[in-house]
Parts: sequence; C-alpha cells; structure tokens
Amino acid sequence: MLLSVAQSALPIGISGIEKRFGGLSVLHDLGLDVAAGEFLTLLGPSGSGKTTLLMILAGFVRANAGSIKVGGEEIITMPPHKRNIGMVFQNYALFPHMNVFHNIAFPLKQRRVPAAETAERVERALELVQLKGLGQRRVDQLSGGQRQRVALARAIVFEPRIVLMDEPLSALDKSLREHMQIELRNLHRRLGMTTVYVTHDQREAITMSDRIAVMNAGRIEQIDQPEVLYARPRTKFVAGFIGESSFIPVECRNGGVWHEGGKLRMKDPMPSAGRHLMVVRPEKLRVIAGEPAGDVNTLPATVGDVIYQGDSFVCYATLKDGRQVILRDYCRSDVLARLPSPGEPITLGIDAQDVVLVAHQ
Amino acid sequence: MSVASASLDHDGRSGGALNADALRADARRESHGTLALLSPGLLLVFAVIIVPIGWLFWLSLFDETGQLSASNYARFFEQASYIKTFVTTFKVAFVVTGACVLFGYPLAYMLSQLPRRAAGVCLIFVILPFWTSVLVRTYAWLVILQRKGLVNTWLMDLGVISQPLPLANNFAGVVIGMTHIMLPFLVLPLYASMKSIDTDCLRAAMNLGASPSATFRQIFLPLSLPGLASGVVIVFVLCLGFFVTPALMGGGKVIMWAMRMEQTTSLYSNWGAGAALGVVLLAVTLALLGLFHRLLGARATGVWSRR
Repeated sequence: MLLSVAQSALPIGISGIEKRFGGLSVLHDLGLDVAAGEFLTLLGPSGSGKTTLLMILAGFVRANAGSIKVGGEEIITMPPHKRNIGMVFQNYALFPHMNVFHNIAFPLKQRRVPAAETAERVERALELVQLKGLGQRRVDQLSGGQRQRVALARAIVFEPRIVLMDEPLSALDKSLREHMQIELRNLHRRLGMTTVYVTHDQREAITMSDRIAVMNAGRIEQIDQPEVLYARPRTKFVAGFIGESSFIPVECRNGGVWHEGGKLRMKDPMPSAGRHLMVVRPEKLRVIAGEPAGDVNTLPATVGDVIYQGDSFVCYATLKDGRQVILRDYCRSDVLARLPSPGEPITLGIDAQDVVLVAHQ
Repeated sequence: MSVASASLDHDGRSGGALNADALRADARRESHGTLALLSPGLLLVFAVIIVPIGWLFWLSLFDETGQLSASNYARFFEQASYIKTFVTTFKVAFVVTGACVLFGYPLAYMLSQLPRRAAGVCLIFVILPFWTSVLVRTYAWLVILQRKGLVNTWLMDLGVISQPLPLANNFAGVVIGMTHIMLPFLVLPLYASMKSIDTDCLRAAMNLGASPSATFRQIFLPLSLPGLASGVVIVFVLCLGFFVTPALMGGGKVIMWAMRMEQTTSLYSNWGAGAALGVVLLAVTLALLGLFHRLLGARATGVWSRR
C-alpha cells in the first residue's frame, strides 16, 4: 500500500554506460551507484549528458554499452513498461484526454488493480500531494503547480522501485519552485523511494539532494554530499559550477604552496608539485584591518565596485596581478559601518582551513 | 479601473470619469474601422454565395410551366429513382470514407513516426495526386481496372483468374477511384493531429506500465481522434457532392446525386428540379455537419470553435 515505499526501495548500480548519437559520444564509460532510498541529483550544464542518462535509466533511449542493475537485477534490455520505474517529466506529460483521477489511476489500471483499491490509492496519492478533491478536474483546468503535483502523484501511486525526475520544477516560477523543492524533499523523506533527479540548477540540487553527481561532457566530475561538494570541489569545473568562485594561480614546490612569493598556510595535504588553482569563495574572504590574527593568508588588493544587495553586499577587488576576486558579506551594522569604498587599498584574508586547491587546466 | 475613476471623480471633473467620452468614441471608431476593412470580403461572400444560393432556392419553387409549386420537392418522395440515387450516394460516401480510414490511418501513423526528412518526402507522394487533374487520374484508373486493363491482364496471365474481374464500370470501380482521390483529405488533417501528440505522453504511458499496444489504444488513438474526425467529415461531405469519378467509373450504373443534377438540367432542361436537388444536397450536408459537430465537438468540423 502507499506510504510503504521505503521497504521496497532498491539500490541502482550503473556501470560502463556508453552512448553515442551518430558519431557524437555523449556518455563515456559512466558508472554510478545509488543507495536504496537515496535522493541523488545529476547536476550539469545542458549537453552534459544528464538527461540522456535518465532516459537510459527509464528505458526510452538504448545505450551502446553498459549495465544497469536495480537491486541486483539487470534491466538494461528490459522494455520501459516492465521496469516499474516512476518518472516525472519536465513538461509533466499528463494525458490531456483524461481527468486528474484517470491520469493518476492509469498505472494502476495497467496493473489490473481492482477498482475499489484504485479509487482508494488515487485518493491517498491526491492527499499526499495536497490536491484532495480535485480528482474530477480536467488537466487543462489546473495551474502549473497543480499539474506538477498530479504528475508526481501519478509517478508514485504504483509504488515504483525508483522515481526519476527530469527537471520537474523548471517550468514553475521562482517562489513556487522553492516551495515545491521543500515539498518534494519532505515527500521523499516520508516515502523513502530511491530518487534520481536531474537539474541544471545548482541551488535546487544543494537544497534537495543526499548526494550530487556533477556531470560535464558525458562524465561524472565529482559525486559527493552537497556540503562536501561545495567546500571541497575536486576540479575547477565543479568549483565554478557550484557556487561562485574566484581562482588564484598558485605553485607547489619545495614542500610548500606559493602565491606571489608568499607561502600559503593551508590545512589540506600538499598536492603534487606544479601549478594549481586556489578556489576562493566570496563568503570565505574578509577584509582585514590591522595585523592578521590566527592562521590566515593575506592578499593585498584594490577595491573596485561595491554593490549593495539588501541582505548582503558584493565587493569586486583587484589583486596585485590584476586578477579579480569577489568578496561577499552580510549587511550587519558593524560591517556596513566600514564598507570598503572604490579605489581604496585593502587587505583580504582567507583562513588556512578554507584554502582549497584544484588542478590547473 | 473602477478605483481609478472613483478617485478621479473626487477631483470634480465634469462628465463622469476621466476621458470616458473620448475613450468610448475611440472604441466606436475602432469598430467602425474593423467593419470597413471587412466589407469587401463580406460583399464578395454575399455576391457569390448568398445571392446564388437564394436564387437556387427561388428556382426550386417553380415547376416546368413556371407555376409556383412544391412539385420539385414532392418528386423526392414519389419517384423511386430519386430515392435510389439518394441511397446510392450515401452508400458510396460511407464505403469510400471507410476505405479512406482503413488505408489512411496506418499511412498517417507511419508518416508521423518517420524522421522529419523521410516524412517530408513521403508527404510529397501523398500530396502529389492533388496536383494532377481528377479527370486524368480517373481515366488512369479506367486503364488499370477495365476488363482488359492492367490488373485483369496480369491476373489472367498469371493464371490466378480465368474470367476478368468486374473492377470498372460498377460500384467497385467508383469506390476505388474515389478512395484514391479522397485519401489525402483524410491523411493530411490526421497526420497534423498525430504530429501534435506529445511524445512524452507516450513515454509516460510506457513508463507507467502500459505495453506498446496499450499505449496506442489508450493514449495515441484517443489523442488522434479529433484529426481523424475532421478528415472523415471532409471526405464524407466531399463524397456526397462528387461527380467526375462516379460518372466515368460507374459506367452509368452508379448514379450519384450530382450526376442526377447534371442530367436534370442538361438533359431535361428542368432547372426547377435541378435546383431542388441542389437545395436538398446542401440541406443534408449542413445537417450532417451539425450532427458531426454535436457528436465529435468543434475540433472535428472546425466551425463555431470557442477556444
């Protein structure tokens, strides 16, 4: 029965997926493990292959090679209607000639669930997505948010082993999208189904996911929990795609990491010798007045534009080598009192524990 | 708006709300302008449709001697040959429409599933007959289907049959020839409606557990029905008034409504009777359109749509 999905949630093991469209290779030897009940997001720019991977999981696109195991069972050649995977489409894909009830009852009808049980389960699914009493509405009488909920109810009413979502919130306006993010996350926590979610919106991915797989050009660049991904990006692409970053070139030699002739203080283990990039997040930088205290690196800079954004301000500063870095801080009154002014020379500080290096590409 | 005008009233402006008179005059000017732009079209419709049909109706009310009478209409109930023509016309229209659905649906389905380029090429083959004269196509069918035509010669040479099949100059010939001519009228609207079906809907159906055949029956077929219905209406209505093909392929044995009209006016010079036939055909066609509209909704007939 509905609300007991957690017990039937299954892990997914994806390995060696290759996909070429014509001569164009879109997925290369892609492997990924999703734990039972996990909410995993595929995050990447358009053309990174994330939607193609989802289509292969659903069975709509045939891979050239690879294996997909759901709870140990190979499904790579299984036709889509036998996979028992729920999917929420970007444009909802509700059946326009059926009302809300029949849309949600559709998967149950295919499984020959008796009418009385169908009615009961549809009713409960409607309740779950807060659409109680709207069963007899026509699909074109619903708002975007309501259609989204119907699509969601339809994808979970048959208690699928896995739920796939292809940018399901991209057609909604900002406030509704943020509301639905929370709702989807809560629903996932309640039902515990294994979920693979596709989005190009990093904020959405961070808000909702247990883990995020960042995809770029048909490969997974990094797969980690949101906070690890943000704090410890492993490549320049990940650091640039998730959150804002400035990059400062550094060099590793003689057992130290050097920037402009000064040795960097850092907590992370020393990388291999050669050129690297220091990832600088706007909120990790601060303005240092007087002598630096504690384990902190200092960077002399000149203030460029200072932009007031209500809750926070953004300061663009230019380093000695002409490179621009971004600093962000909240508008507390003590910060506002000594807001840097354009043209002013300042000293920027970044704590040793916040120093993250990625390979120079 | 009401808020704005209410607050403006407090300013003591005369004549009610601010600029209300000027705005009303502007709206009137705009509707007059629209009417002026429409008038050439309306005049044309009046001159070439309303007037001739009114004249036709007027003519049908007089008998051969020029006396006002209902005898032209009474004939439909009195003469068996009229009733027979009526029945034949509907029979041909039904069978041809059925044949068009039988051949047209799979054809349109195939076209809608082909990649864009291949579909474009195949569509040209569907539309190609449109550019050829109906007369030429009908004679071509005569060459193919007659007693010593291509089909009969081949079948006899192959020993499949010993006697030539009666394919032309009869009901079968009329149906074959007309189906060929009517097919594009069914395929084109059907293809358009199939093309507009969201492929994600079909994917969603399969994802939710529907087999390919269940997906076709429960999703694709119902979503293609409006296109099928409009194709059926077009073909059926065109069949009712069709002349050239039944006249040539029927061998004088299949008399349809339009042929009867031609006989009445050119052979017997009875314009009143011919006009009555025209009025009845028009009335029946309109009644049918109304019925289809009732049964299938505005999308099928394309009239009175309230979207």
